[in-house]
Amino acid sequence: MTPTFSQRAEHELQNTVQRSNLRRAAKTIGARRAMVVASTPDWEELREAGRAIKTEALGRLDEYLLQFEASATAAGTTVHWASTGTEAGEIVAHICATDGAHSIVKAKSLTTDEIHLNEQLAAHGLDVLETDLAELILQLDHDWSSHIVVPALHRNRNEIMEIFKRTIAPDLRTDEPADLAEAARSYLRMRFLNSDVGISGANFAVAETGSLCLVESEGNGRMCTTLPRVLISVVGIEKVIPRFQDLEVFLQLLPRSATGEQMNPYTSIWTGVTPGDGPEEMHVVLLDNRRTNVLADPVGRDALGCIRCGACLNTCPVYTRSGGHAYGSVYPGPIGAILTPQLDGLEKHASLPYASTLCGACYEVCPVKINIPHILVHLRNQVPHRKSERLAMRLAALVLSKPRRVEVLSRLFRPLARFANVPGWSRSRDLPPPPKQTFSQWWRGR
Amino acid sequence: MHTNSGFEADGSKLSRALIRAFDGCEVVVAPSSSCVGHMRELEPDLPFYELSEFLVKRLGLEDVGARFAHRVAYHPSCHSLRVAHVGDAPERLLRNVSGLELVPFGGERECCGFGGTFAIKNSAVSGAMLADKCDALEHTDAEFCTALDGSCLLHIGGGLSRRKSRVRTIHLAEILASQ
Repeated sequence: MTPTFSQRAEHELQNTVQRSNLRRAAKTIGARRAMVVASTPDWEELREAGRAIKTEALGRLDEYLLQFEASATAAGTTVHWASTGTEAGEIVAHICATDGAHSIVKAKSLTTDEIHLNEQLAAHGLDVLETDLAELILQLDHDWSSHIVVPALHRNRNEIMEIFKRTIAPDLRTDEPADLAEAARSYLRMRFLNSDVGISGANFAVAETGSLCLVESEGNGRMCTTLPRVLISVVGIEKVIPRFQDLEVFLQLLPRSATGEQMNPYTSIWTGVTPGDGPEEMHVVLLDNRRTNVLADPVGRDALGCIRCGACLNTCPVYTRSGGHAYGSVYPGPIGAILTPQLDGLEKHASLPYASTLCGACYEVCPVKINIPHILVHLRNQVPHRKSERLAMRLAALVLSKPRRVEVLSRLFRPLARFANVPGWSRSRDLPPPPKQTFSQWWRGR
Repeated sequence: MHTNSGFEADGSKLSRALIRAFDGCEVVVAPSSSCVGHMRELEPDLPFYELSEFLVKRLGLEDVGARFAHRVAYHPSCHSLRVAHVGDAPERLLRNVSGLELVPFGGERECCGFGGTFAIKNSAVSGAMLADKCDALEHTDAEFCTALDGSCLLHIGGGLSRRKSRVRTIHLAEILASQ
């Protein structure tokens, strides 16, 4: 059986180094975001606009997808459709085989992680090199992502130095960020130049023009999308937006929410093949992988509007304690708690909708106003509950529905309350001493 | 509790019973922002008020003539901030309590980790959140921690009591009723 969120979190909480890395990093990013948002006077209007575009795009996704296919094809991109992750993997493997690929470089992409593309390609004898600095660190250490935007957030620079020394840079002497970056740069540069296939995801796919847009901070993503002869982009169908002009809204919302920057450092937008400039062959794999099922749920579908900024993670009091690995998915944090059960099965991830206090901090920062607490409650109502829990809740409802029953029971149990030991509760908290009289007794005696 | 835990059918029966119980009332006031926020979401037309917002927004009363000569930290509960939207009504009332000194603390707006059944289902994470909240409170010279919600106070109070803290919890209504 898959471990529950609570079991995984229990384990993660014991790693005190990771806990302090996480708290510090999430706090820093969160504070930077708050500052830059405060200095954006039309922030609420931007959020509203972002939400409206996503609602429009998801509401007519069938039309916009076909429009995207037509415009991308006209621009010289080959469009593939994959209904499952396995199908997408087969398509990518087939393209690599046809082109006789030897060296594959990959830009940071959650969608390819969702379908375990690297493992799928490895089964075909194809090695994929992660080129995003954080993804590279994790690949070298056989670790996995714990944050949507900052995958190695749980590692500090001393740990990174040790990983590099062990793998790509035996002569590395310091853990200065510049030295670490230099070590990664010298390792990656020749591999970029010698690569024949690049793999990427995309943040946005524009129906009107057939363009893809990739937002990143390092420039390594851009090298993946421009240097190799062949480019394959795996894109979830929910990434389609209607018009090129819509990018104006998202390119303001995304960097502010993700990293607290006014403007994103490397924004790449490409539209098909341009002879003599960039890849000679471009492919887009449009991935469903249960997204249409999510779309069929009028409440849950809002989760598909997510632009993967990670702001909900940085502000979440649960994520900042448990860390990303506790969510058991490439989509951690509040957004993961509503996305993973919908994409990968509610029964398999039945504990995730409960990995929240419903404090609402995520909804407050979401740049496209996804009401995450609302969707969490919606999913909780679909989770298969244990018999004992159903019975306990039914009994509680029976008592609470009549004031008289509450009164009688609280009088009966008052003398026993001081001996109560509630599993889970009594571990780190006491119960208050029972009051001298019940509310009704006090009310009558006023 | 039932609705948020995934037992909507039981939950809606309970809220319907509550609405019937207050049928015909001009205004319903409750000393819990979480309950008020939830009832408002269900029945936007019913006049549900959280106590502090009833006093400040409906009655226009900021000084209730209370006296409470202590240093008090105010924990703005998640649902008062983000569901019931009571604004600064509680702070306005507290600032007018004679002798009371309002003590700021770090991470005020962060959840205390209660979250209903969350405290039990995810007791380790909940306990870690609670420990941070208690640390922040003990870092000040506050004698009391107050809030609008008995649920948060039950949780924070339970944590403070376990570590034998000098900080005690008290509901806002108790402070406003002090002389």
